[in-house]
Amino acid sequence: MLRSVRLAVLIALTAMPATAESLGLGRVATSDEIAAWDIDVRPDGQGLPAGQGTALDGEELFSDQCAHCHGDFGEGVDRWPQLVGGFDTLTDDRPVKTVGSYWPYASTIFDYVHRAMPFGNAQSLTDDEVYAITAYLLYMNDVIEDDEFVLSQATFGDIEMPNADGFGEDVRPDTPALSVAEPCMTDCTKGAVRVTMRALVLDVTPEGDGDEPEEADAERVLEIDPALAEAGAKIFRKCKSCHQVGEGAKNKAGPILSGLLGRAAGEVDGFKYSKAMKEAASEGLVWDADALSGYLEKPRAYLKGTKMSFAGLKDREDRLAVIEYLKQFD
Amino acid sequence: MDDTLSRRSLITGAAATAGSLLASPSRASDPAITEIQPWNQELGSPVDAAPYGMPSQHEADTVRRNVEWLTADTTSSINFTPLHRLEGIITPNGLCFERHHSGVADVDPAKHRLMVNGLVDKPLVFTMEDLQRFPRENKIYFLECAANSGMEWRGAQLNGCQFTHGMVHCVMYTGVSLRTVLAEAGVKATGKWVMPEGADAAAMTRSIPMEKALDDCMIAFAMNGEALRPEQGYPLRLVVPGWEGNMWVKWLRRLEVGDMPWHHREETSKYTDLMADGKARRFTWEMDVKSVITNPSPQAPVTHGKGHTVLSGLAWSGRGTIKRVDVSTDGGRNWVTARLDGPSHGKALHRFYHEFDWDGGELLLQSRAIDSDGNVQPTKDALRAVRGTESIYHNNGIQTWHVRRGGEVENVEVG
Ligand code: HEC
Ligand code: HEC
Repeated sequence: MLRSVRLAVLIALTAMPATAESLGLGRVATSDEIAAWDIDVRPDGQGLPAGQGTALDGEELFSDQCAHCHGDFGEGVDRWPQLVGGFDTLTDDRPVKTVGSYWPYASTIFDYVHRAMPFGNAQSLTDDEVYAITAYLLYMNDVIEDDEFVLSQATFGDIEMPNADGFGEDVRPDTPALSVAEPCMTDCTKGAVRVTMRALVLDVTPEGDGDEPEEADAERVLEIDPALAEAGAKIFRKCKSCHQVGEGAKNKAGPILSGLLGRAAGEVDGFKYSKAMKEAASEGLVWDADALSGYLEKPRAYLKGTKMSFAGLKDREDRLAVIEYLKQFD
Repeated sequence: MDDTLSRRSLITGAAATAGSLLASPSRASDPAITEIQPWNQELGSPVDAAPYGMPSQHEADTVRRNVEWLTADTTSSINFTPLHRLEGIITPNGLCFERHHSGVADVDPAKHRLMVNGLVDKPLVFTMEDLQRFPRENKIYFLECAANSGMEWRGAQLNGCQFTHGMVHCVMYTGVSLRTVLAEAGVKATGKWVMPEGADAAAMTRSIPMEKALDDCMIAFAMNGEALRPEQGYPLRLVVPGWEGNMWVKWLRRLEVGDMPWHHREETSKYTDLMADGKARRFTWEMDVKSVITNPSPQAPVTHGKGHTVLSGLAWSGRGTIKRVDVSTDGGRNWVTARLDGPSHGKALHRFYHEFDWDGGELLLQSRAIDSDGNVQPTKDALRAVRGTESIYHNNGIQTWHVRRGGEVENVEVG
């Protein structure tokens, strides 16, 4: 690296007038051209445009243009990114990194939303709208407390993100190099090596092709097998991040699953189903054990276009168990 | 066939050209030989049947694959290079893994511009034609996504080196050195950082320190001898040798020179490495020394039974060339040094082989690479001990494949 830096210095020094080195390629950019493309914003505020907005203004914009992916409260629908919350989770087993819990600078929100969101219609928001949405995301994350706080060039410097001090530099290499020790070549472990974990147990690898032959999953009447239902309760943990059942259940990323057996598909009030689910419902899809087993095995193969982002339960026993478990909730 | 027999057959082979002494009248003959095959007899396709040639229909499995549950939508997603089906060190263009943040941009090269602005003497705009008038260079580099093997931090998850290690590819780039293009605009003394920006709907940006920009970065318009593929940034991408793939901005349309980093989304929210203490490392640019056995591997089991077996794999380091690769068949208890074959370029893939006589018993295969800087590929446990399991990026731990008696192979963790 050093050598070429030196080389560059050398070139610079030997160049007669600054232009003699030049190959005369390209042309000078106009100020309008630069203004059109140079939209980046830095933590020190460089690049922030004129304009302003409040969280109150941002709320409606967000619910119109962002909520169908990121959720009304920024909680994230399906696997779309969660933008709000996750405070104090960074040392957890499953940290939740959001704008509020993780991002060190508010300028990054402005810059990113401006250049890349809404997904599929980038750079369609006005500067005022980006200020308002940025204010809304800060407000939802409790970074600003007043929903009428006016975010602008003038006030941006006042914003301090909770995790601003959460970052340090790269300290790699952080594992032993040759200079520390020659790697061991013989009898390197105490005794024979054992397998401690297997990928096939998890079974999350996509299959090449060729599904196994279909088995008949039907013909289980609404009589509950308690042992099977209990096994199903464990399986249902995989669904819990998106679905609730029983008393006080609410729609989350997925619809409430109470009273599922025998109910028509796509029927839960207030839940926004995919077009695919609505179509299947209008064609008379009913959730009997057979249909459920098919859908749960491979949601996206069974119902192309479904928005349930779930890989599926490959094991027939698992599907039967979770269906058994769900039978209990009317 | 034992040793003496095979030696004898060599000796007699020359004398026995017609009606070999060893020809066995009793064994059933191979119809692939005794029967005339259609391709022996009939005419094949004429020239121009495929103006852009495609692989044999029998190689239909040699394709990129994605893991659907990883992402919400395939327009902001990844797929993986089928490393287990490849040879040598060069990845064919159509098999280079893809990672887009807003789909593959379809850029018209006639309307593509590269702007250089910020702390420069004169902000410039180049057309594709302008750029092709700079002196060109050809360089072979690997590109690895920082999240390659990222799903394996918590343990063995995905069953195939395509999925565990397939976010890497290696091609020959043709383009112009970034140094030359920056010099044309004249970097001001205060210019310490360069920010590349993409022309796609993600308008990807990263901050690159000037020292790296002036070292070995390139602006490439071709890969493996032809124009960049759309999914690799056609018509123009940045090449940042040895550093994480996210920085190699595709559909490159702008370079801004500044006096400090931008701390944009891809270097704060993403591509920062969260440690167990809740603090994150940022600007973790280099890709560390790493290797993987590509054959045998879960998608490429041993099908020939016991006997002479070729183990093959890839090794690479963002910090130089590969000096040595060791291979273990007993889960890291004992090691032998593998044979490196083919060209050795800095910050490029290296191919290694280990030929051995498989006795048909269970194996725990591992490979361990050492680079020219003296960095040694660590075990996964050693990595977890310093970094925890939530850092997503830069997992260069040693991979273990469990080969069963039947020759099937599984991704496992050992202890
Ligand atoms: C169609 C779905 C969709 C819509 C609508 C959408 N986004 Fe996004 N958003 C995404 C996806 C996908 C990503 C991740 C993109 C990537 O892979 O780089 C994302 C990322 C983000 C992020 C960064 C998250 C992180 O943690 O890094 C922010 C902030 C964001 N979006 C804000 C918005 C705002 C504000 C709007 C409305 C103006 C919006 N989005 C509309 C899909 C959407
Ligand atoms: C990542 C979130 C997510 C997970 C995990 C998930 N689902 Fe879903 N589920 C959804 C969404 C979203 C829908 C709506 C699908 C649509 O409209 O296409 C849905 C729909 C359904 C439906 C149809 C409901 C109706 O009223 O039409 C059933 C049944 C269902 N899920 C069962 C399950 C079960 C059982 C599991 C666990 C084994 C599970 N889901 C896991 C998100 C999820």
